[in-house]
Amino acid sequence: MEAYLFYLLAAVTVIGTVLAITEKHPVHAIVYLVSSFFSLAAIFFLLAAPLIAMFEVIIYAGAVMVLFMFVIMMLDVGRSGDGLRPGLRQWLPAMLLAGVILALLGMMLAHGGWPAPGAGAAATLRDFSLTLFRQHGVAIEIISLQLLFAVVGALYFGKRRGP
Amino acid sequence: MIYDPLDIALMLAKIALVFFVILTLAAYLVFAERKVLAWIQDRKGPNRVGPFGLLQPLADLIKLLTKEDFRPIGADKWLFYLAPAMAAIPAIMIFAVIPFGAPLRLFGHTVQLQVADLHVGLLLFVALSSLAVYGVALGGWASNSKYALLGSIRGLAQLLSYELSMGLSLVPVVMLARSFRLSDIVAAQAGCWFIVYQPLAFMIFLISIAAECKRIPFDLPEAEGELVAGFHTEYSGMRFGLFFVGEYLNIIALGGLAATFFLGGWHGPLLPPVVCFSVKVLAFAFLFIWIRGTLPRLRYDQLMHFGWKILTPLALLNILVTAWWLVLRG
Amino acid sequence: MKIVSDMTALLTGMWITWQHIFRRPVTIQYPEEKRTPYPRYRARIVLTRDPDGGERCVACQLCSAACPVDCISMQSAEAADGRRYAAWFRINFSRCIFCGLCAEACPTLAIQMTPDFEICKRDIMELLYEKEDLLIDGCGKSHDYNFYRHAGIGVTQPRGAGPKEKPPVDVRGLLP
Ligand code: SF4
Ligand code: SF4
Repeated sequence: MEAYLFYLLAAVTVIGTVLAITEKHPVHAIVYLVSSFFSLAAIFFLLAAPLIAMFEVIIYAGAVMVLFMFVIMMLDVGRSGDGLRPGLRQWLPAMLLAGVILALLGMMLAHGGWPAPGAGAAATLRDFSLTLFRQHGVAIEIISLQLLFAVVGALYFGKRRGP
Repeated sequence: MIYDPLDIALMLAKIALVFFVILTLAAYLVFAERKVLAWIQDRKGPNRVGPFGLLQPLADLIKLLTKEDFRPIGADKWLFYLAPAMAAIPAIMIFAVIPFGAPLRLFGHTVQLQVADLHVGLLLFVALSSLAVYGVALGGWASNSKYALLGSIRGLAQLLSYELSMGLSLVPVVMLARSFRLSDIVAAQAGCWFIVYQPLAFMIFLISIAAECKRIPFDLPEAEGELVAGFHTEYSGMRFGLFFVGEYLNIIALGGLAATFFLGGWHGPLLPPVVCFSVKVLAFAFLFIWIRGTLPRLRYDQLMHFGWKILTPLALLNILVTAWWLVLRG
Repeated sequence: MKIVSDMTALLTGMWITWQHIFRRPVTIQYPEEKRTPYPRYRARIVLTRDPDGGERCVACQLCSAACPVDCISMQSAEAADGRRYAAWFRINFSRCIFCGLCAEACPTLAIQMTPDFEICKRDIMELLYEKEDLLIDGCGKSHDYNFYRHAGIGVTQPRGAGPKEKPPVDVRGLLP
């Protein structure tokens, strides 16, 4: 049953993403992208990584996309619907990246695939945090510093100048 | 994987029970709100349909079902139709992780009185409440109306800001219980409720959930004095009803979660666990109604300042202090 | 401490609303319980008669001019003895707002207001009251007032015989 669910969710994810790319209307594109995130989260859940699944929903669907939507609504750019189709020049880098990823995938497949996921038990919260903060402690610190810079920068820009 | 049919049957029964109870409760919460507000204002409240007006929710339901399903010109058809569901479904799904009673023993099985005891239960709640934003945002945007759009922009900003303080106020709870699993959190409060250790976190959580379910004094997305009805201005009939019921489901769910996180869940003196839990949930619902009957609405900038400059730093400070305390205590 | 005073303010409000929960409601359950309006309550309009039984209204149109929603209309006519009256007189109660300006404007105290406010009808056309519906047998609030006794053209008594009325001046006479 898990396999069927996986294929279903994978199909939803892929179709949602494709529609999000091709949709001209920004708000619709966001809705497609959110559904794709959601099914991606469900796939993570099936892969016994519920923590990642939840973070996917909280951070991407719940925060990032909502901010996008907020900006679109505030600036009222979601109304026009007559955005230009991206030209060949815009497509080119995306195509390049997609090609690289597909090539890598093919290489991995050619080398005999990879072990089936989900075999082990679900990673517990404790394992997760130990790995995150013990093994990658320095990386975490660097990232949080970066976020701090961003916050300070935002404060600086947002400060009211003059009287 | 092999499933025991009895397990499946019990699970379905639990889901059906939860559905029935919460939907009835939501309908009667609307009624209770009208009654209590009326008493606060020295009125009698609805008392015409049935004895003491007890059938009023039914009458409201019939009215909503028979009203015209109206869609304004220029509205975005699919999003307009979908948005009410997007508002109500996350509210219903939150109930999946709330433990509403001590485990029972039935037919030789131990039955958790909780639909799904996920070990990321708390995170699921945060995720679902962040998804509930979409109903508000898309509903208002798709209506093609200025009032609705303003309402949903306000709603977006408000829900986003208060979600932050809500999530942060739950971190100390997780630190104390050392688990995201809601049944563990409840079990950790067997001796002493977390509100004793974390009164500040409780206050922050309470304020944030009032903002999350868009209640007075945080009802800016639907401020009827300024925005007609905010994001659901253009909705009629049962679609409006879904928004409405979703809001009350949210109150029940968030009340239940507040009880779970800070007031010991189903732990309690004397009464059986399920009753204890219901009393706590209803107390929260009453508190919300009471606050609605008392306080005026905040101004938008006050709301944002309060969320970002007071609640969030306080919650962060609280996390820090709790962490130090836990470390020093060993 | 600002926060303390703010909290007290909030809690005071909560305490007051809490007390009000247990107050007796002031609601009057209307169709079952009715309150008697005061005698000078302004509701359904009537046309009254003078003490002698004649119609008071002289069809001067002042009420209709005073009415802010223009719901009074009439046609004036004159009897053989010079007495003016309304050939027809119509008040559209579906528009009337019971403001009382007509009663205030009326020089003959013909148009008056009564405390009867329950005049709902199923058919809106039934709210169109004609003169027959409006006219009552009685003097309303002022029992002894008869316009023609104070001023007039010899309808109730010879000219100049009314109270505080001087005999008419002979405009053709030379002497002052
Ligand atoms: S009460 Fe006012 S509205 Fe009614 S008829 Fe008289 S002047 Fe007109
Ligand atoms: S009711 Fe009074 S004001 Fe109106 S026309 Fe008759 S006399 Fe004049």
